Order: sequence, then structure tokens, then C-alpha cells
Amino acid sequence: MGNVNIKINGMSLTVPQGSTILEAARLAGIEIPTLCYLKDINAIGACRICVVEVKGARSLVAACVHPVSEGMEITTNSPQVLKSRKLTLELILSTHDRKCLSCVKSGDCELQSLCKSMGVDDELKYEGECPTYDIDDSAVHMYRDNNKCILCRRCVAACSNLQTVSVIDTVNRGFNTQIASAFEVGLSETSCVSCGQCIVACPTGALAEKDDTQKVLDAIADPDKHVIVQTAPSIRVTLGEAFGMPVGTNVKGKMVAALRRLGFDEVFDTDFAADLTIMEEANEFLTRVKNGGKLPLITSCSPGWVKFCEYYYPDFIENLSSCKSPQQMFGAIAKTYYAKKMGLDPKDIYVVGVMPCTAKKFEVGREFENAADVPDVDVAITTRELSRMINRAGIIFNSLPDEEFDPALGSSTGAAVIFGATGGVMEAALRTAVESLTGEKLQKLDFDDVRGTQGIKEATYNVAGMDVKVAVASGLSNARKLLDDIKAGKADYHFIEIMGCPGGCVNGGGQPIQSASVKNFVDLQAERAKTIYAEDQQLPIRKSHENPVIKEIYDEFLEKPGSHKAHEVLHTKYIARKRTF
Amino acid sequence: MANKKCAIAFSGTQEQEQELMEVISSYKEEKGALMPVLQKAQEIYGYLPVEVLQMISTGLDISMAEIYGVATFYSQFSLNPKGKYKISVCLGTACYVKGAGDIFDKFAEKLDIKGGECTPDGKFSLDACRCIGACGLAPVLTVNDEVYGRLSADDVDDILAKYSE
Repeated sequence: MGNVNIKINGMSLTVPQGSTILEAARLAGIEIPTLCYLKDINAIGACRICVVEVKGARSLVAACVHPVSEGMEITTNSPQVLKSRKLTLELILSTHDRKCLSCVKSGDCELQSLCKSMGVDDELKYEGECPTYDIDDSAVHMYRDNNKCILCRRCVAACSNLQTVSVIDTVNRGFNTQIASAFEVGLSETSCVSCGQCIVACPTGALAEKDDTQKVLDAIADPDKHVIVQTAPSIRVTLGEAFGMPVGTNVKGKMVAALRRLGFDEVFDTDFAADLTIMEEANEFLTRVKNGGKLPLITSCSPGWVKFCEYYYPDFIENLSSCKSPQQMFGAIAKTYYAKKMGLDPKDIYVVGVMPCTAKKFEVGREFENAADVPDVDVAITTRELSRMINRAGIIFNSLPDEEFDPALGSSTGAAVIFGATGGVMEAALRTAVESLTGEKLQKLDFDDVRGTQGIKEATYNVAGMDVKVAVASGLSNARKLLDDIKAGKADYHFIEIMGCPGGCVNGGGQPIQSASVKNFVDLQAERAKTIYAEDQQLPIRKSHENPVIKEIYDEFLEKPGSHKAHEVLHTKYIARKRTF
Repeated sequence: MANKKCAIAFSGTQEQEQELMEVISSYKEEKGALMPVLQKAQEIYGYLPVEVLQMISTGLDISMAEIYGVATFYSQFSLNPKGKYKISVCLGTACYVKGAGDIFDKFAEKLDIKGGECTPDGKFSLDACRCIGACGLAPVLTVNDEVYGRLSADDVDDILAKYSE
């Protein structure tokens, strides 16, 4: 595509044809505020915050959806534009629950920051009838507070377009319009998969995770509890954002230091359990190939994906790996092997997962996830909740020293770190499976075809004379496309990795929320993933089967991958769920 | 959360379901099938209960939330059946200025339902309607085909009593 010449605020500019005014202005160093617009997710021009003047146009136009054309003259900051934006905000505030002081989003709220930058000086300017809604806190992982909803529909677009789950939509009409599920039932009654992509899409405090930090604090304060924490692979590359660091900063050392200062008895790494997952899953794959078992084998690390499969694709449940997710494997090992080694009663061990994910809150309560007859994991908190705990404890995160994980369950490999990005589990599994099949050391550990942020990736690897066809999907709309192709006989694979969130865990529903002004111009998935792969590159051990702690656990406890004992402790079952609303 | 499912048990017949299935399959491949299918479904059942929307959701592969969103956007669609006695209070201009709003509110209070809803026993439904051309009798309402005029909120009890045997 060619370029077009335009003028923005009097400046002449050449920009790519097909750009929106919003994108073109950004090239000129001008930020046009947005509220309903979210790149690749929601472009409906509904909220009218991004209006600009275009010479010759009858009225102000929405910059987020209006394409530039040759000779266009745009003004982004005229008195008329600024007045219109301010008025729009004042009208939004007239039905907004303005409890900003106690709002979970205070300080990070896009509405709040727009009001500040647009000079809104009277939040009660248009006081009048204000609808009130019950808060829906029926789901285990989140709540919905429509009193703070501004009807931008970003959550609806995330649920429908990104995830094809579609359990919420715009209902009723006019003044009574609200975002709700069918028949306005609670989220727990719907076929919601708990992915949390609606939460990270929300500009205000209308959607948020259920805050479980008090449970963690109570456990830490209980002298009878041995409280151990595990952090998922992606937390180290996102937590820094909550403390103002650039996207993609690796804060592993500071994160460990902060957790220790919060008072956890042991600070461990879910990465260790990711290595264990690879041992079991690679073995499961090889066994299924050898014994003519159900193929393709599909990964089961992502609880949002697993729940999606149970609700929407129950035919594929047999294809799901029976491996518990790394979070759950960690808990299971902590309360069996580690408990025994430390002489602790599993009932006295309290396992906290720090996860990029809201579906992990659902996962900890799943059936068949209690190797020691107590839940494998007691509570899962998101990256956001951890950042809240660190702030509340008065820990100055940015000046913490770098510390190391505790050794017992804290040692891991590069293969485990890359679990945090789409394609990572596949690559880690291939590193182990290929060496196991060929009996030879891999020359090159990087499986580049399964890296990157594309929604669906495919590759074929010739391993010991067999063509192994693999696919990787992230985001449930992509998962749906892949599974539909398989059902229709249009595609055929041996091994598939599916992650519920687009880009994988680095872009999970529990990660720090970046405002649209960042997300529309920075590829969070790619930037965060880059740091993950850099970490893998510099680790001394990059293959799960070479992790010395893993070897020790098999020697002392689990015997070998896929053993009876391994199945008792590390594997789970799934159930077909009836779709409701 | 307010749950808006209809309190009255669904009593659709095999024939009605058969008819709906035919409608769904005739529109299935068309873009924008939802509106005509909802219209036909309401013709078949008289209203759009959960059970019917679920059949449409499965048949057209459209989420329940989206269907509910459409069904609640257009006033022509009703999620509740009409009662044995269908009360329509005129809220046209003349009736409204003569106090029809109070009458409507009194019915809603007495029957414990909102406009567009039906009592759980299926006896009364309450709707607001626009001018029925009897402004001389304002405020006016109808119960099925019976017309009542020159009313005040105090008449509501008597009207209900008449149908309550």
C-alpha cells in the first residue's frame, strides 16, 4: 500500500494509506485519547472521546475508525474538540459510581486519567437519575460491577471476538442498557471459562479479579502453617510493569526478594513443575504414539483452555493430556514428596500460586486435584494481587536486591521458562521428546517455527524417521478454528499446544493491566515473550530432563515418567460440562 | 444478580418445536438470520422463553447472551407470556396527563410484576400501550377486550377483584 499526504495540526505528514487518524497522529507524536477503542479487539467508534476535526467534514469524526485520505487536514486539539471530549466525560460520569477512593482501579483507571487530562472539574455537573446494579460476584475468579461500567463494550468484544466464548453482551436498551449475560444470570451460571480477558480489557473498575490476598496474609500470619509460594514462568517478565518498569523487564530476582520479605516460608518456582510437566507430557505423547493412543495429544496447562474444551469441545476431552497443570503439579509434589522430606503434615502446608491467570482460581478448586487428600494448591493469586501485596507491605520493589529461589523446589530450566509464551510448552516438550526418540543430543534447541505471536502456528519435524506434525494455538478463537479444521478433516496433527489467552500466559487475564494508550501501540505479547526467550537463552540448563531436581524426584519418589505413582500424584481427569448461558 | 428468567413453566408442544426447527433450518445459512427467527419463534410460542432461545442458540450457533441482547433491545419481543387477563394501560399523552402512570404503577405494585411481565400463576400480564383512540375516556385501560375509562388508581383493586374469582 502507498502513502498519503495529510496535515495534522498544521504539520505536513506522509503516512501509510489505510492508517486511521489515530495511528497517523501517533506517527506525528500526537496522542489522541481513546476509551472504547482497543487495537485488534474493539473498533466501533462508540464512545466519542477520540473525536477530531477534519476540514470539510460535517461534524467531528472518530479518529479510531476514520481512515486518512490524500490531502486530509486534521485538527486534534481545537477548542471544539476539547469541549466535546470534556462533555462526553461529564455525561459518562453522570451515571458512573464515583467511588474512586476505594476502587480497585484507582490510579490505573482510564476514565479517571482522561478526566484529569481533559480538565473535568465537576464530576456532578450532570447529576440526575443514576441506575444501580447488583454486583455479580457469583464466579470464583472475578466480579462484575455494572455501576462502574461505561458501556465501552471492550469486555464484550474480548469475550466474543478474541475468545468466542460470548457469555456477556449488551442487553436492554437506551438508559437501561447494561452489559450482562443472558437472562442476567450470574457469571457462575454461564459457560464462562474464567480466562479474565474481559478484565484486562476493561478501562475502569467494573471488572476485576476476586482479591484473595487476605487469605494469603492470614496463612502467613498463622504460625502453624508452612506457607510456600510458587511463581508461574511469566510473572517475572510482567510484575515490573506494576511498579512502573518498561514492558518486558525481567524482575525475577526482585520478585523473589519481595516474596521473601512478605514472609513466605519458602519461595519456589512453578518452573520446576513445568519441567515435571514436560517429563510427564513428553512421555504421554511418546506412549500414545507407540501404543496407538488418542492423537492429537493436546496440552492441558491452561485452565481457561481446559474449561473451554469441557464446555465447547467435549469431543476432544480424550485428546487432552491427563497431566495436571504446572501449578497443580507443584502443589501435588509439595504436599507429597516435599512434605515427607521435610517431615510436615500436608494439612499444615499452605501452597500459594502466583499466576498470570484468573482461571487458576477456578483450577485450584477442580476435582481430582488433591494428591495428598487436601487441595494441591490452596489459593491462586494474580500478578496484580501480588503487586498489591508488595505495595501494601511497604516494600520498595524497585530498590530490592536480586535474590535466588529456594533450592528444594526452585530449580528449573530454560524449557520451563518458555512455558510463559505461546509455543513454549511445545518447544520444551520437543526438546525432551526428540532427544528421547533419537537417543541423541539436539544440535539446536530453538524450534523457531513454533515461536512468535501468530494465533496459529504449524510445523512438521522429522524425528527418528517419523514426521511429527505439531500445531500451536493461543486465544480461544484460534483454538476454535484449529479444532473445527480437525473436526472437518481439513487438518491433522500429532501434538497440539493450546493456550487460552492470545500470546499465552504473558498476556494472561491476571497480568498487570496496561491502558489502551499503551496497548494500542505496544505489542505486549511480543515484548514480554522476548524477555522470556532471552531468559531461556542465558540459562545453563535448557532441557527439562536435565534438571537435577527432577532427576532426584524420579529417583526418590516417582520412579519414572508415567509410572503408577506419577499418575496418582501428577495426573487428573476432565468432565464434559453442559453449556448453559 | 437479578435473574430475568420467566417464572412460568414452559409448556411448548412437540408440534411447536417441530415448526421452530423448520424455521431455523430454513434461515440457518442466511446472514442476519436471528431477527426473522426470533419473530417466527414469537409467532409460534407467543413469547420467547429461555427454552426457545436455547433452541435458537443451538440451531443458529449464536450465543445466548447475544440472542438475549437482541431480544431485549427490540420492544416487539416479549420474554414473558401474556396472562389469561392481559391488562394494557394506555400511557399515551392524554391518559398520561390524566394520571395513567399512577394507575400503571398501582397494578405493578398489586401484582408484583413489572411492565411486560406476567404473574407466576399466569393469570395477569401488564403492559403499557400507546393511544387506543379513546382519549375522551382518559385515563383508559383494557383487560383483554374490555375497556375501562375515567379511572383513578383507587379503581385498581376493584378491577382486579372482578377477575380474581
